[in-house]
Amino acid sequence: MTVRQIPAPPINPETQEWWEACTAGKFLIPKDNSNGKLFWYPRKNSPLTGSSDIGWVEASGKGTIYSHSTLWRADPNYCIAYITLDEGVTVMSNIVDCKFEDVHIGQKVNLVWKDAADGQKVACFTPA
Amino acid sequence: MSLKGSAYIAGIFEHPVRKAPHLSTPQIHMESAIGALADAGLTLQDVDAYYCAGDAPGLGPLSMIEYIGLPNVRHMDSTDVGGSSYVLHVEHAAAAIQAGKAKVCLITLAGRPNSEGQATGTAARAFTGAPDEGFEQIFGTTVVNMYAMCAQRHMYEYGTTSEQLAWIKVAASHHAQHNEHALLRKVVTVEDVVNSPMIADPLHRLDCCVITDGGGAIVVVAPEVMKSLSRPKIKLLGAGESPKNILGGNVDLTYTGARWSGPQAFEEAGVKPSDIKYASIYDSFTITVLEQIEDLGFCEKGKGGAFVSDGNLISGVGKLPFNTDGGGLCNNHPANRGGLTKVLEAVRQARGEAHPAVQVPNCDLVLAHGTGGSLGTRHGSATIILERE
Repeated sequence: MTVRQIPAPPINPETQEWWEACTAGKFLIPKDNSNGKLFWYPRKNSPLTGSSDIGWVEASGKGTIYSHSTLWRADPNYCIAYITLDEGVTVMSNIVDCKFEDVHIGQKVNLVWKDAADGQKVACFTPA
Repeated sequence: MSLKGSAYIAGIFEHPVRKAPHLSTPQIHMESAIGALADAGLTLQDVDAYYCAGDAPGLGPLSMIEYIGLPNVRHMDSTDVGGSSYVLHVEHAAAAIQAGKAKVCLITLAGRPNSEGQATGTAARAFTGAPDEGFEQIFGTTVVNMYAMCAQRHMYEYGTTSEQLAWIKVAASHHAQHNEHALLRKVVTVEDVVNSPMIADPLHRLDCCVITDGGGAIVVVAPEVMKSLSRPKIKLLGAGESPKNILGGNVDLTYTGARWSGPQAFEEAGVKPSDIKYASIYDSFTITVLEQIEDLGFCEKGKGGAFVSDGNLISGVGKLPFNTDGGGLCNNHPANRGGLTKVLEAVRQARGEAHPAVQVPNCDLVLAHGTGGSLGTRHGSATIILERE
C-alpha cells in the first residue's frame, strides 16, 4: 500500500527549536507560563495572553480523535484528523498505519513518528 | 453609532459566464463594474470608493482602479477574508459613507478557476509563510477535507445525517433549474446526492459547490444618491463581521463565525431571524449552510439537520427560501468566492426581480451571509440584513 509522502515542513527561526525536539523524539506542547495554560500551534508568544514567557510540556503521545476525514479522491488517499491530546489541546495530524474505513471520532490514538520528504520527523497518530 | 439606514445597494451585476477562456480576469472585473453601475444608473466617474479582495490581480485596488478607469476614487479597501470579503465590503462601504468618506462605492469580484483548470477542492491548499503552515498544511489540508471534518463532528455530536445534508443540495437544484445561467440546472434527489462519489468522508461530490469562472459587482450608495436614482431602494439595516479560528488549540468545528456576525447584524437591524423572508447563505458545501443556519438563529444549534429537510429551504415550499439563484452548489462560485453572489440574489429578491418561479412574495426583508477561508481552521464571517423601502 502506497502512503502519502508528507512534504518537508517549513521551519523558521521561531519554530526551529520545536522541530529539533521532534528530531530528538519529543513532541512539545507550548505552555503560557503567565497562566500555566497550554496552547496550539507552537509560537514564541502566547495567543492566550500575549506573554512571551513560553515553556514546553512534553506530550505523552496519547490522544483521542476529535474529527477526521479521509480524502478518497486523492491517490494515495490519506486521513487527516484533529486529535485532542491527553494534555488538553487539539492538534492537526494524519492518522496512519491503519484501515481508514475504521477511523472514528472518540478513537484512542498514539503518536508515531514519520519521515517527511526531507527526513524531518513529523508527529502522526495511529489507533492505540 | 449604527449603520442602520446609512447606505443602499443601488446596483448589482452577475457576469453570465461560467467558463471564460476568452476573457481575462481584469476584463471580468471591468464588465461587472460597468454592469452594476448601469443597473444603478451611475457611471465610472461617479465612483468615489472602490473595494476588492484577493481575486483582484496585481496590487488589488491600485491595479484595478487604474485598469477600470476610476478617476475619482478617494477611499479604498482590499480586506481579504476569502469568499466572505464582498459581504464585509458592503458593511465597510456603509461605514465609509456614514463617515462622509464616500458616496458611491463599487465592489468587484472576478476569477477564472474553471479555465485555469484548478482542482481547488481536493488539491493541497498552500498559504506560504502562514504561521500555521508547518502544523497543518503538511498533513494535506484541502478545501474539502477541512469542511468534511466539520460535517463529521456535527454528525457525531448532533446525529446529523448525510440525507439531511443532501436536502440542502436538493433545494439549491430546485432553484437552479429556473436560472438560465446556472452551471448545473438538473434537479437532483437526496438519493442522487448520497449516491454520488465520496470525495472526503462524509462529503460526497454533490455536497460540494461548483467551480466556475465569472464575477460580479455591487454598487453601494449614500442615501442622498439613492434618492436621485430610479431603482428600488434596498437599504442596509444591519451588518456584522467576525473571524473564527482554532482558538489556541481549543478546536470546535460545530459552529462558525456566524455565531457572532449574525447577532451583531440582527441587533443593529432591530429584527429577528423569524422576520427574514429570504436568506442567501454561503454554500461552499452543504455542511457550511447547515452550521450557518444554526448560528444565524434560524433554528436551534444541532437541529439544522431536521430544519433543512423535506424542502424547507425551497422557495414556495419551505419556511426559509435560500439561494434562489441556485447558489454556489448549482449556479456559480466565481473565483471560488461565493460571498458577492450571495448579496446579488438577496438584492434581486428584495427588489422583486428574482426569477418568477422562485421569487418570494412581499420579500421586503432579506439576509446575506458569507463565510470565507476554511470552516475547519480559520474563516471570516460577514452578515448583512437588507430592507426594501
